[in-house]
Amino acid sequence: MLSQASAETYYQSYAVVLAVLAAGVLLVGVAFLAARLIAPHRPLPAKLTTYECGIDPVGQGWSQSQVRYYIYGFLFVIFDVEAVFLFPWARIFERLGYQAVVEMGIFIGILAVGLLYAWRKGVLKWV
Amino acid sequence: MIRLPLVLFFSAVLFSTGVYGVLARRNGVLVLMSIELMLNAVNVNLVAFSQYVRDIGGQVFALFVIAVAAAEVGIGLAIVILIFRNRESINVDEVSLLKW
Amino acid sequence: MTGQEYAFVVLALVGTVGAVRLVTAKNVVHAALYLVVTLAMVGSIYLVLGAEFVGWVQILIYVGAIVILFLFGLMLTKAPIGRESLDNQQRGLALLVALAVLAGLVFLIQDAFHWGDRKMNLVHNTTGEVGRSIFQHYVLPFEAVSFILLAALIGAVVLARREERE
Repeated sequence: MLSQASAETYYQSYAVVLAVLAAGVLLVGVAFLAARLIAPHRPLPAKLTTYECGIDPVGQGWSQSQVRYYIYGFLFVIFDVEAVFLFPWARIFERLGYQAVVEMGIFIGILAVGLLYAWRKGVLKWV
Repeated sequence: MIRLPLVLFFSAVLFSTGVYGVLARRNGVLVLMSIELMLNAVNVNLVAFSQYVRDIGGQVFALFVIAVAAAEVGIGLAIVILIFRNRESINVDEVSLLKW
Repeated sequence: MTGQEYAFVVLALVGTVGAVRLVTAKNVVHAALYLVVTLAMVGSIYLVLGAEFVGWVQILIYVGAIVILFLFGLMLTKAPIGRESLDNQQRGLALLVALAVLAGLVFLIQDAFHWGDRKMNLVHNTTGEVGRSIFQHYVLPFEAVSFILLAALIGAVVLARREERE
């Protein structure tokens, strides 16, 4: 637990983040508004097609993707969760030493079994 | 300084919205999204009470809930995709083979 | 009202609007984007509450990874556009139940924590404090999480691999 003084610096540092965010939004907003105000707008049927030059689009905008990509996505999520637990571990493993290394070793070992299973089942092959 | 009931009211609103979504939606993916809303309401409560009673355990459990939610979404969506492959539809009210 | 309360109310209002639009959206992809708004606002609320690490984990895992998974799910299952085909026939009943849940929760909160006298003095919890708590007091739940992730991974591989046999 930290004192009230450091809570103040915490909020002040995020006020800076907020200011940068607001400046970014303002910049993009002003640029889009200026483009809308200044740019001439004379629509023609030919200009409003998806590709003004080139072949006409065929079919719907929706295309079915393959189930195998879902497994890649889920593998990413699993190892994202693992990486998130590595951050607090990296902050304290010096203090806890041997014990923390064993704890994280078990965690990563169990997840590595899952990766090994996915690999043996051949879902990692890119076709 | 924040008044605790303020945070709890927001969490209650989020949870009720999730309840409405789960009951009113028939698309399986949208039902899962509404469940995420309810999980988030619980997490807001955990973090708020963790600050209120000055025990960081609440935040640790919020982390665990997020990790379990990731696993839950992965399996839930895999099931929804499998239902779509077998029935060409993910309307949850049409999946009633096991229903009484 | 303090500065933190003003910040909280603004974030909570935006988050609530996002949540309501999520459950009423006519297009599934719009619903996913409203989910992003709500999750980001909840993450910012964690930052306001002083739970810095949980806030960034919310952004990293929910907004960065789980929403991607939802978009994959939407791409793999072609959903019709339009509220009538996304909602079932019990919309009125569902609204009634949700309002009843909300009224019950608000009553209980009001009853248990009287408005005004329960104040949180917010402190900043660092990543190191969270780490000390996980790796000293909550080691067993931490290892259990890895088993849950392993089970989920194997389950997803088994479910999605059905395609290959056909």
